[in-house]
Parts: sequence; structure tokens; C-alpha cells
Amino acid sequence: MIETLLKELSLAVIDGKQNESISLTNKLFEAGLPAKDILDKGLLPGMEVVGVRFRDNIIFVPQVLISARAMKTSLAILEPLLSKSDAKGVGTIVIGTVKGDVHDIGKNIVAMMLRSSGFTVIDLGIDTKVEKFMETVKKENADIVGMSALLTTTMGYMKVVIDKLKDEGFDVKTMVGGAPISKSFADQIGADGYAKNASDAVKLAKDLISIKA
Amino acid sequence: MKPMLEELKTGKILLSDGAMGTELQRRGLPSGACPEEFNVSHSEIVAEIHQSYIDAGSDIIQSNTFGANRARLKLHGFENRVEEFCTAAVNNIKRCGSSRIYIAGSIGPIGEILEPLGELKLTDAYDIFSEQAKALAAAGADVLFIETMMAAEEIEIAIKASKENTNLPVSASMTFELGKAGLRTMWGVDVPQAVQKITEAGADIIGSNCGKGFDEMIQIIAEMRLLTNKPILAQSNAGIPEWVHGISVYHETPEMIGEKVVKLLELGANIIGGCCGTGPEHIRMMREIINNR
Repeated sequence: MIETLLKELSLAVIDGKQNESISLTNKLFEAGLPAKDILDKGLLPGMEVVGVRFRDNIIFVPQVLISARAMKTSLAILEPLLSKSDAKGVGTIVIGTVKGDVHDIGKNIVAMMLRSSGFTVIDLGIDTKVEKFMETVKKENADIVGMSALLTTTMGYMKVVIDKLKDEGFDVKTMVGGAPISKSFADQIGADGYAKNASDAVKLAKDLISIKA
Repeated sequence: MKPMLEELKTGKILLSDGAMGTELQRRGLPSGACPEEFNVSHSEIVAEIHQSYIDAGSDIIQSNTFGANRARLKLHGFENRVEEFCTAAVNNIKRCGSSRIYIAGSIGPIGEILEPLGELKLTDAYDIFSEQAKALAAAGADVLFIETMMAAEEIEIAIKASKENTNLPVSASMTFELGKAGLRTMWGVDVPQAVQKITEAGADIIGSNCGKGFDEMIQIIAEMRLLTNKPILAQSNAGIPEWVHGISVYHETPEMIGEKVVKLLELGANIIGGCCGTGPEHIRMMREIINNR
């Protein structure tokens, strides 16, 4: 019974059916399943499929947004019920589009997928300066800094941030992405990882956390 | 000079220009600065780029107004300067003094997600595009180039706003990427859907721009030509940029794309030109190919 409901919840997230996702979340909770299990065994597996389908071009941005919305409303029901340690989730990521760059659609999708995968995400928005990254990492005790750029003119700023974090002795991993970014660029500027798309970004973030731990 | 659509009807191939953004960067546009503001503060640099394309043989010069809409300018605090930037941009082309070119007013995406998935209201999107289209028309553009679109709803609104608020011909082009599902925009729009949407919305010219390079552009145009009798525009990037010793380099040189340009014309492209990473040398090479046909 519980198993079936969890599977249905995953499917509701995959199909982006918000109302079903809400009612299944409530049903599972009434059946006595802990909030953490509803998240880990129902919502997150659903979002993982969404990520893979997005990566493989089976679905596109609009479908991801619809799924994320279903996920978000269910998560809102669960959040007050999750214990503090559960709510901290997989890890904390500070994410932003780098200084001088105002493009944020790709970055927002990555932030949403990370959130949907259990990460605590602090989104600094666009045009993010190195000081802002450092200040937030310190304040939130973040595990990872994620940087995005769409312009070839702004991607160089990623190196400024990475160098500064290293100089200041921050214990934080860095990951980069965006249209003009490549693995070789990420290597050249000393980033800990590069992700080609939002789905890979989630996988990379999990890998970086496990290395760090 | 005949109106552009009449000229295209005679079967003449028109040559557009190459990149503006990457050319501005080469001339010192600081990282993250607003390129449209350069129309006012560094008009001589913008005009110099236009002139380099006119010298290379362009028939069409696009205004430096890709992001000159209220929503994008707001990110730089310039939301009240749409008309000013659009007017200055068209004047920067006019001041080159060429009587044999068409001035194309460039219109790019708003950069926000439309409702119901995003926050941007359809009516606001319409107003944003209308404001820019009207400003470009009033400044003296001969045609509007709606470019680099990825969502079907957004391109539809941009076309309608342009057609309903100006008397200018309108070209509308989307950016596709080749993946496991074939050619699609990031929003999942395929070429047949794009052609249908753009046609229904009333654009006069259908096209594709930006993207991963000339090889993919050839596939896009091949598919597009089967689906429409309208004039087709093809403006590709010069490949994907690579970071080499601290600067970004586009790898598709004029020599490398020669045959690909011939192919695009054989497939039935009516307007060709370049997007990011292409420069006057790419355009000069295209001019030679067109002249030798």
C-alpha cells in the first residue's frame, strides 16, 4: 500500500501533476510514513527521473518547471515536519551568476534541480561579486560554490572567485557551468568540477559532497 | 533601393552582417557592461563595427539593440532608456552613410519565463516588445529581426507586437540545438513547430540564428526549406567558443566555413550572415561566394 503510494507520488512529480502530488503526500503522511521517507522515497526519485529525462532531451525546460512546481508544493507540506537535521539535507550550495553577467535562466534551473534533490541552495542571483560569494559561504557554512556564466566576457571572473576562495583558505568545493563553459576551461581555472547540464550538476554536487565528507 | 521583401522575391540573396557582441568585446566593452548603452556612450565604436561589415559587403546591418528592451535594460538600471538606445543604435548605422544597405532592428528575448510557468505576464511581454519595435521603427529601421528565441509563446508575442505596432517586415528566428530528440530549442520546440508558429503569427521571414555552428545550421535550414515557401534567414555562430590562454576563441574560421555557406545557399537560404564569433572576414568570404554564384 505504502509502496504503491510512493510510486504514484514519484509518477505525479514526473508528470508534473501538482494536485495529485499534494494529495499523495498527505495520504502518505496520514498513513504514518515519516516526512523524511516521503521525501527520499517518493519525491526525490521522481525528480531524479525528471533530471535524467531532461539530460537525454526527452523533456525540455517547460516540463522540468512543471515537475519542479509539483515537487515544491509537496515539499512545502513536508518542510515543517522534517527534523532540523533532515532539513539540512544533502549539503549546502551557494550559487550565482558571476559578476557582470545578468543571465539566470540556466542557473535557476540548476538551483531548482539541486533544491529538488535535497540540497539547501542559497541563490545569490545575478551579477555576483567575489565578496558576496565569500560572505555567504562563511555565513551559511556552505559546502559548495556553484557559478554560472553565459557570456565569454564574464566566464573569466570564475577564476577570480576560485583564486580568492583558495587564497583565503576556504574549505569549499567549486563547480561551474554555462553555455560557453567546458571541462577544459573548468580545469584551467582550477574548478573542482564542471557540469554540462542541470542533471549532471546534481550528480556532480553529490560527488563533491562525498569527496569533501 | 527596393523594399527588402520585393528584393527577396526577385531571388536575390541578401547578405546580413556578423557578430556585434564579440566585436564590441574585442574593442574593449568591459565584462558585463550593457552593450546597448554603448550606442550612446561609445557610438563611434559601434559605428566602426557597422562600417567594417558594410566594407565587407553586407546588404543588411543589424542595430546593436538585441537586449534593448525594458526588462533586460532594467538589470543595468536603464529601463527608461529603451527609446534613447534604439534611436542611437539606428543612427549609428545611418551615420555610416551607406545608401545601399537595409537597417535591421534587432530584437532579442526578454530573458524571463512567461506565465503560467514563470512570472512574466503575456500582456507585459507584449508591451515590452511593442515599446522596442515602435522605437526601432520610429528611428528608421527598414525591417525588424526577432532573434535567438527559444519559446514558441515568446516568439509569437514578439512577432505580433512587431506587426501590430509597426508597418515593417518582420523576420523571426529561433535557436536550435541537435540532441537525442533531433533539432530542438531549449524549450523543446522543433523545426516544424517553429515554422508553424512563426507563420501563424505573421512573420515575413523565417530563420535560425546562433547555435552550435554551421554544420547544425545546414541541417536546420534543410528541414526548414521543406516546410515553408517564405524567405529563410540563416545566421550561425562560428562554432562553440573555447577558452585559450585567457581569451575565448571561436574555431570556425572563414576558410573552414566556405563550403558550408555554399551548401546553405543550395538548400535555399535567402538571407545569410553570422552570429557570435563571426567577424567581417567571415562576411567578406560570404560576399565572394554570393557574387560567384
